[in-house]
Amino acid sequence: MKKIQLIMGMPITIQIKDPQAKSSDFKAIFAFFRQIDRQFSPYKKSSEVSKINRKEIIPAQYSVEMHEILAMAEKTKRETRGYFDVYREGYLDPSGIVKGYAILKAVELLKSRGLTNFYIDAGGDVQVSGTNEGKKWRIGIRHPFEHEKTVKTLSVTTEGVATSGTYLRGEHIYDPTQKAKSIIDIVSMTVIGPTILQADLMATAAFAMGKKGIQFIEATSGLEGYMIDKDGVATFTTGLTTYA
Amino acid sequence: MKKIFLSLFVIITFLAYSIHQQSEAKEALTGVTNSHQVLPPHDPVVMIGQRGLYRDGTYLGSVEDVFYGNIQVQAIISGGRITDVIFLQHPSDRRTSIQINEVMMPILKSEAIQAQSAEVDIVSGATESSVGFKASLAKALAEAK
Repeated sequence: MKKIQLIMGMPITIQIKDPQAKSSDFKAIFAFFRQIDRQFSPYKKSSEVSKINRKEIIPAQYSVEMHEILAMAEKTKRETRGYFDVYREGYLDPSGIVKGYAILKAVELLKSRGLTNFYIDAGGDVQVSGTNEGKKWRIGIRHPFEHEKTVKTLSVTTEGVATSGTYLRGEHIYDPTQKAKSIIDIVSMTVIGPTILQADLMATAAFAMGKKGIQFIEATSGLEGYMIDKDGVATFTTGLTTYA
Repeated sequence: MKKIFLSLFVIITFLAYSIHQQSEAKEALTGVTNSHQVLPPHDPVVMIGQRGLYRDGTYLGSVEDVFYGNIQVQAIISGGRITDVIFLQHPSDRRTSIQINEVMMPILKSEAIQAQSAEVDIVSGATESSVGFKASLAKALAEAK
């Protein structure tokens, strides 16, 4: 069974291969994602994030999830030497951590409901579990310039795969604030990690590093990466062939 | 040898055409200030035979919230067809100015990407942008009808 819903402005796809999967399993996951959106969206005035930014609540009043996310954000900031930061100009925006966190929690939720063979895909960030009818899950890396196509297949059974990128060719990007600076070095950074949360955080940080990002992934144990630059040249870590 | 010249000719012609298209698009952009403002066609096109789907002009799409930021596009219609789509707003991953220390690294492998025909179960890659993009473009085109 496979179901898709649009939440947080992105399609969330759940496919469960276990025969005992019920529609209530899907409902529970989608409800969870909507709850996360209500709690963490920086664009929703009633969210916990907005309340923090308006200084309506103090740390002692933060939810358990918020404390968890802030602790993870702090750790990631250290690991990425400042490239990953949930604070911008003094305002909290944990969007870069929330998606991976939500997918990981949703996976735990499905497992606690007795399911083992499935995947959750939130806007192109994927966590798989078990197999697809005995075979490894095949994840294609989206072609950065021809969106309906893929450029590489990664075979995984327990890992998370996240891709950070613009998916827009440099010359088509028109930024009114930086007219002269329209060419971006890299267009896509895919990271495979032990969990989708780690993969997502590291893909975001590595993308921000530009071409050096792939070396950062190479140097971090447990992670593999596939980076595509604006000229359509991919550079990948030495261990990527394990999956490709 | 002839083939090479022919290919070069085709490439150069195509490039010249693209540059022409781009400069037209840029000119058409100037003067747009308000949302949904319809500009007169920059270069009046006399349509012969086939009629285009849309009215010529420059149309602004809506601002779409894609959770990570906003997306807004502008569609340029010329000769009744979409000739360019420009991103006025788009989310980009956060950047900081802190530099990562240079360290000795093994030489990483690289390859030219190629669209593959292999079947996959899932696709990894930013789709939130494309969702917002489609929504914004749809609004821009609705204006152009």
